Amino acid sequence: MFGKLTWDAIPWDQPIPLVAGAVVIVLLLGVIAWVILKGYLPYLWREWITSVDHKRVGVMYTLLGIVMLVRGFIDAIMMRSQQALAYQAPGYLPPEHYDQIFSAHGTIMIFFGAMPFMIGLMNFAVPLQLGVRDVAFPTLNSTSFWLTATGALLVNISLVVGEFARTGWLPYPPLSELAYSPGVGVDYYVWALQISGVGTLMSGINLVTTILKMRAPGMSYLRMPIYCWTALASNLLIVAAFPILTATLAMLTLDRYLGFHFFTNTAGGNVMMFVNLIWAWGHPEVYILVLPAFGIFSEVISTFSSKPLFGYRSMVMATMFICVVSFMVWLHHFFTMGAGADVNAAFGIATSIIAVGTGVKVYNWMFTMYGGRIRFATPMLWSVGFIVTFVIGGMTGVLLAVPPADFQLHNSLFLVAHFHNVIIGGVVFAAFAGLTYWFPKAFGFRLHEGWGKAAFWFSLAGFYLTFMPLYVAGLLGMTRRLQHYDLAQWRPWVLLAGLGVVVTCLGVACQIIQLVVSIRERVELRDEMGDPWDGRSLEWATTSPPPAFNFAVLPDVRGEEPYWEIKRRAIETQQLADEPEYQAIEMPRNSPTGFITAFFSTLTGFALIWHIWWLVVVGLVAAYAVFVWFAWRDQDEYEIPAAEVAAADRERRRAREAWLRANVRVREPA
Amino acid sequence: MSGSQAIPATHARDADPYKLGRAPYHGAAGHGHGGEPTGHGAGGPAPKRVIVGFGFWIFLLSDIVMFSAFFAAHAVLADSTAGGPSGKDLFDLTHVALETALLLASSFTCGMAAVATEARSQLWTQVFLLVTGLLGLGFLILEVQEFAHMIGIDAGPGRSAFLSSFFAVVGCHGLHVTAGLLWLGTMMAQIFVKGFRPPILRRLLCFNLFWHALDIIWVALFTIVYLIGAGA
Repeated sequence: MFGKLTWDAIPWDQPIPLVAGAVVIVLLLGVIAWVILKGYLPYLWREWITSVDHKRVGVMYTLLGIVMLVRGFIDAIMMRSQQALAYQAPGYLPPEHYDQIFSAHGTIMIFFGAMPFMIGLMNFAVPLQLGVRDVAFPTLNSTSFWLTATGALLVNISLVVGEFARTGWLPYPPLSELAYSPGVGVDYYVWALQISGVGTLMSGINLVTTILKMRAPGMSYLRMPIYCWTALASNLLIVAAFPILTATLAMLTLDRYLGFHFFTNTAGGNVMMFVNLIWAWGHPEVYILVLPAFGIFSEVISTFSSKPLFGYRSMVMATMFICVVSFMVWLHHFFTMGAGADVNAAFGIATSIIAVGTGVKVYNWMFTMYGGRIRFATPMLWSVGFIVTFVIGGMTGVLLAVPPADFQLHNSLFLVAHFHNVIIGGVVFAAFAGLTYWFPKAFGFRLHEGWGKAAFWFSLAGFYLTFMPLYVAGLLGMTRRLQHYDLAQWRPWVLLAGLGVVVTCLGVACQIIQLVVSIRERVELRDEMGDPWDGRSLEWATTSPPPAFNFAVLPDVRGEEPYWEIKRRAIETQQLADEPEYQAIEMPRNSPTGFITAFFSTLTGFALIWHIWWLVVVGLVAAYAVFVWFAWRDQDEYEIPAAEVAAADRERRRAREAWLRANVRVREPA
Repeated sequence: MSGSQAIPATHARDADPYKLGRAPYHGAAGHGHGGEPTGHGAGGPAPKRVIVGFGFWIFLLSDIVMFSAFFAAHAVLADSTAGGPSGKDLFDLTHVALETALLLASSFTCGMAAVATEARSQLWTQVFLLVTGLLGLGFLILEVQEFAHMIGIDAGPGRSAFLSSFFAVVGCHGLHVTAGLLWLGTMMAQIFVKGFRPPILRRLLCFNLFWHALDIIWVALFTIVYLIGAGA
């Protein structure tokens, strides 16, 4: 009846996951009870859960990313504290538990922390920057989000029901094969990633189509904001790389479930094929994350330097160069495979060459700041911190790209320090820069500057204190994923890294306090006019938060910085452009399709993990039924009458006019 | 109204410096794209038919990337027979030729259905879609027969890595055909109930693209897996 699932699946004898799970469940039930008792449920259902508005979906993606970043950070605290204690001692985490923690940490941080965060920001900002009203496929967008949430849910269920993989964040065979991992851990990993992977792929298709086919009139390719270019590159990579992950995990699944021999030690299976395939996805994945991060920094640095982006076209070229070359370097993840000196040299050179694209970008950012009127607001601090940190991480990366050096350093803490250096310094800093930058656009009030700056400084210091010692420990020969160790030389560096996590903790606390304080002081922090940072691209042309339809009339784009031109003209002539002729707007209707699909995919995924075959069938039939039901509806759009559009836009124009009058003397036209 | 004549070269450049095609937008309709924005920055977002078709193309490309991973695996494992039967021992090319004929014929009838849809003929659209479905079903039956026969003579996917990759890549195509048949049946019911509405026309376009893409993948399968495999 319940397949492999019995009461023994719950780890009654392990207090840590049990207590952690209980706390999460109590918290979750508390939140649900609060929502129901306060009567927020209908609002939540109508305005968020069933919403197909790209801004709402983007916010939900980002929220999921934030929550999962915290979850992954708790894993990090456990790992660092375990290593701090486990010098010639067993520490407090037994090996089988410790192995699950480092596997869950990597999986959660990449797939459910960084990815939703980046996709969320793209979802929110890209259609606004393109000057359009929604993404190409709004209901699909909501479905993508809910499928990603399903994956995150499954990974977190593994905390209390059964176990998670002990294989690391990429389940290398033969360890991940049934012979060596007979439990459900790897199955949780595989199905969580397959389901959320479908969501990611759909989201990639959606954004590619949006950027290539839906832009405001006059916005040619070379007039798109640089963030849209990086989003395009990132989503092209999703479309080209995620199917490889799907196929690879499908092969592993066939091995585990149906006795196939893709990666087994027996019957001709080929272990190195898995490693090749997974990195053919895995290396582009790095750029899927970091390209939109580069886009965010470009927007932020240009805005807060009060200058157009330096070398816009070279930035576009560098982005697309990285997009293509990112598919040609995957072998540097396993130079020690033994492919031979020629192959290793070719991939080593390709890896060094890809750094040229990033180098171009770094110089462009610096020249953008040069001679600008720089304002060091929180997003700008994250960006400057990024430039310094990322250059260090990039250089250790180029070091690792040299095959002989890699033979010494692979699998060591040096490698761990390197990729945390680029992912934290690149992606996580960008996520917080983007969050602070677009938060007022999403919610109509700014985040508190003081707490934001405190969060930045603690995070920056915490990062350096954690990972610089790990570089040293790695050079001293300390390998990654050690549950305990006996060497005295490593100890001071491990303790220092532990201290770094404490400092990072303060940074995380500041972020949370920042959010709470900002919500409390939202009246003082209100963004009345919709352009809190003196922005340059189209998202700042509409109100904060924007109306459901984003723009009353699609903007007519006549240059690279359309909103800056509109603003300059308004300041020069001391009046807004003439009021346009308002027309009724068709917008997509809300739909629970995404939520229902996710509900059934959670059931199906759980049933597949535990071999509950009847539930698998139920889930699949239900999924088909939802598909038909969705396809059968007649009304998929509703109309916002012209009068309503006009009223909303006149409100916006009033705020802008008030701003124009208040700033007559402050802003001298050039 | 005729904006295309007697404009000085410089003025024409000023009016449309980036060749965005603003002219049909402001001037007379009926030439070029018929005033319909292309999505290349001309008159704003492309019409829904273009967006849906384009998005589905991108999906098909991603699907082909997934197949390419299975093809790559097969290329790596094709000789890893672990002492078991090879393609030479197993493949019956007449059988496979019959499968190919059925699938290619179904693509033709699928195209005919599209022609009938253009003519807004409910009857002929349904007839051709039905024939497409029957041919697809025939293909599937032949494939299941082949699989059953191989498993019966102890040449199932668990026998060797070669057979694992064979069953995976061919089976993945078969699953796509199955999903296509399910979609086709749903589509026929929908056309019957709702007629040729714009959303249904867009779905028919996507179905056509999907069915032809399966054909392309089968041609690759036939060549790489069966022909090369049987010759080895």
